[in-house]
Amino acid sequence: MTGSKASRITYTLDSSLDSVNRVEQTAEQVAQKAGFDDDEVFRVSMAAREAAVNAVLHGNAYSPDKRITASFETTPKSLVIRIADQGPGLDPATLPDPLAPDNLLRGSGRGIFLIRSFMDEVEFRMLNPGTELTLIKHLVSA
Amino acid sequence: MSSVKISTRQVDGVTILDMSGRITLGEGSVQLRDAVRDLLAKGQKHILLNLGDVTYIDSSGIGELVSAFTTAKNQGGELKLLNLTRKVHDLLQITKLYTVFDVKDDEASAIGAFKK
Repeated sequence: MTGSKASRITYTLDSSLDSVNRVEQTAEQVAQKAGFDDDEVFRVSMAAREAAVNAVLHGNAYSPDKRITASFETTPKSLVIRIADQGPGLDPATLPDPLAPDNLLRGSGRGIFLIRSFMDEVEFRMLNPGTELTLIKHLVSA
Repeated sequence: MSSVKISTRQVDGVTILDMSGRITLGEGSVQLRDAVRDLLAKGQKHILLNLGDVTYIDSSGIGELVSAFTTAKNQGGELKLLNLTRKVHDLLQITKLYTVFDVKDDEASAIGAFKK
């Protein structure tokens, strides 16, 4: 693993699918640079994509007046990705379990579950307005 | 980022959709939805999705696979998956969908498994 120095990139992006793709691509590049193997790079970039989809689609509802903020920080111990929107706010406690038998065949509702599956830590912070998701992947396994 | 490409062929009463690229929120998911709906509307109810060249699928794409599966089933059809890449296989495992779908890794046996 590399990453003896901390580095940080921050973007403010419009509420579009292009922004989602940019977040995914940046996460992929940052994770590769941090020294993760291909499988972990995939997991990190997919988690970042899902967080960006939530921000653009469910948070900002594609509003041209709202922005998402994406930051990527590599510290000696972790890769930290923060995605924030300006939407009405997301309470993770209200999210249905996509693995429950009644929900298994639903056409949506797996994004946050995948983020939690792929990252070591996931934190939600309510903004006013909006939600910030912090996704953390440790560089060295505990 | 390029979206999904879909080409269609018929083998022994089964419509095979050879898919390549990314099935993600937006164009990729919509293309899959439209392709399956068109087939069902035309009465082609035995559908095999060949995902061998699908490089990436997100939660929206997974949801679209589920919707395609249930839509086909609700209309008296069958939809099976063929040639999953390791990443797609892993995603279906994590989401507990692997056992929901009928997943095949051989085209001939997949075609033979449809109830005709």
